[in-house]
Amino acid sequence: MSEIELTQVKVEGRLSRPSTPSRITADRTARRAFFVITLFPILLILIITVALFVRAMPILSTYSLTDLLFGEIWRPNNGQFGFRPFILGTLWVTAVGIFLAVPPCLLASIYLAEYAHARTRAIAKPILDLLAAIPPVVYGVWGLLAIVPFVDDVLAPLFDRWLGSTIPIFSVTQPTGFGILAGGIVLAVMIAPLIISVIFEVFATVPNDLRHASLALGTTQWQTIRTVVLPQVTPGIIAAIVLGASRALGETIAVLMVVGNVPKVPTSIFDTAYPLPALIANNYGEMMSIPLYDAALLGAALVLLVVIIIFNILSTLVLQRFLRRK
Amino acid sequence: MSIKKKYFQRRHIVEFLVKTAMRIALVIVAGALGLILWTIITRGLPSLSWSMVTQIPKGGYYMGKEGGILNAIIGSAYLASGGTLLAILLSLPIALYLKAYLGDSKWGDYVRLALDVLWGIPSIVYGAFGFALMIMLGMRASLLAGIIALALVTLPIMTRAMDEVIRRMPVDLEHAALALGSTKFEVAIQVVTRQMLPGIITGILLAFGRGIGDAASVLFTAGYTDRIPTSLMNPTASLPLAVFFQLGSPYPEVRERGYAAALILTIIVLIVSLGSRLLASRLNKYTVK
Repeated sequence: MSEIELTQVKVEGRLSRPSTPSRITADRTARRAFFVITLFPILLILIITVALFVRAMPILSTYSLTDLLFGEIWRPNNGQFGFRPFILGTLWVTAVGIFLAVPPCLLASIYLAEYAHARTRAIAKPILDLLAAIPPVVYGVWGLLAIVPFVDDVLAPLFDRWLGSTIPIFSVTQPTGFGILAGGIVLAVMIAPLIISVIFEVFATVPNDLRHASLALGTTQWQTIRTVVLPQVTPGIIAAIVLGASRALGETIAVLMVVGNVPKVPTSIFDTAYPLPALIANNYGEMMSIPLYDAALLGAALVLLVVIIIFNILSTLVLQRFLRRK
Repeated sequence: MSIKKKYFQRRHIVEFLVKTAMRIALVIVAGALGLILWTIITRGLPSLSWSMVTQIPKGGYYMGKEGGILNAIIGSAYLASGGTLLAILLSLPIALYLKAYLGDSKWGDYVRLALDVLWGIPSIVYGAFGFALMIMLGMRASLLAGIIALALVTLPIMTRAMDEVIRRMPVDLEHAALALGSTKFEVAIQVVTRQMLPGIITGILLAFGRGIGDAASVLFTAGYTDRIPTSLMNPTASLPLAVFFQLGSPYPEVRERGYAAALILTIIVLIVSLGSRLLASRLNKYTVK
């Protein structure tokens, strides 16, 4: 009985609808309003770039770009703004992070895409989601509590004994555990969920017929993956790694907490580093008191932004092409 | 014959080795989560106390005296919900416009590219941008500035999440509604949003979870204070920064409380993350497959 009543209310609702012309006006107005809002993301990228450029202008017009980017000395009090230690610090930490993250991520995502049971996938997906949901500052705390002591107590002595004297980038110069390796390990775990999920998506774009054809010829599953699937998805995998690298380049708080923050050009993975994002985050308090300091820091943000936008556009274009194939 | 047999054996050995390596890799990644949770729980739990979540810092809290971090918990809740609300106002129209008018067209791809690029921009850059904007407008660090910065961080995450689900909507449903004489806008508001409610909720909670954990964007924009903000123009504390500042303290007991604060933050984020999953599967019952 109550169901009939409900239907009647609904029918009445239909009858009281506005007439057609006003509905078309509403449609038109909404379309225009939504169109303007939709332009916002595109405009925002321009606005951010321009705003940072304007604020960085004082320093860009005082020093040449090469002096800023390749200058070795950072002494804002003396008017010396060389970004080289920070740029190299960023690159080192990112490179170590990517180097550590890629092999396990690649293997794990191939396993999930090609071998795993539906059940394994159903377990792995929430784990990856949770890993992605953990805030950067918690990763930083973990790095501080677990990774820094681990590097200090286990990895540093080990590397020093076996490789330190022969290969300079493995020599231990910094006896606290804070440094590039600790930052790289934390970064590797942070970007793993992103890399795995993107590579997984890319693998899913390969049509199953190809796999079946290859398997029907009597190959093992790994032979099929290596000879049929992998060659098709290589650009997608590279795009996923570039995406992970751009995420790593900009990561701030977690890296800042474990990397040591000494403005010196690093020479070993056990050295401390001072990446650009950490530089910006650490000095926000005092930057208004020294001339050109805020311009220099916002200039650093601009450098970071431009590099990351380029990385992102490249990888996204490749991935969009892939995912449309599906 | 024996050569052939040997060959068969070798490739099966390779298959086995590769598979084992992959399983180990998966265990390492999953183990990392376990390791993080284990570290945070075992180090955070001992100093976790009721007063931490029910009191604001009393005088000398950062030197190890009485008080809690209620100001940061409330501040983070304000910041994340304000930022999420602001982001919904923008992202829902964008997602619906992408679906209704742009579809898979070239312009649709441009907008998606822009959103993906925005997603990739690190939150410290949003923080720096917010700071530059604040100087230009003559504003001070405040709840409002923090909310705006967080809305920018979460906007692309939310929009792309909504877009992904809306795209998977059955075309027939849209066609049926259009055939009944509804306009595209009516389809977008009355059919698409209802059908995609689970996805929309997931996107919103995803963005909320990100907002509550993000430190770099609110570092310059929201400031930090021991009081609970009473207006949008007050500066406000946030949980990630509370963790960060307490860890920088020279007093060991304050650092211990920083670990406990990290545990609180982790618990909140995990609840939001698991909650979105649960809610989405609940709501999924009401959609047309």
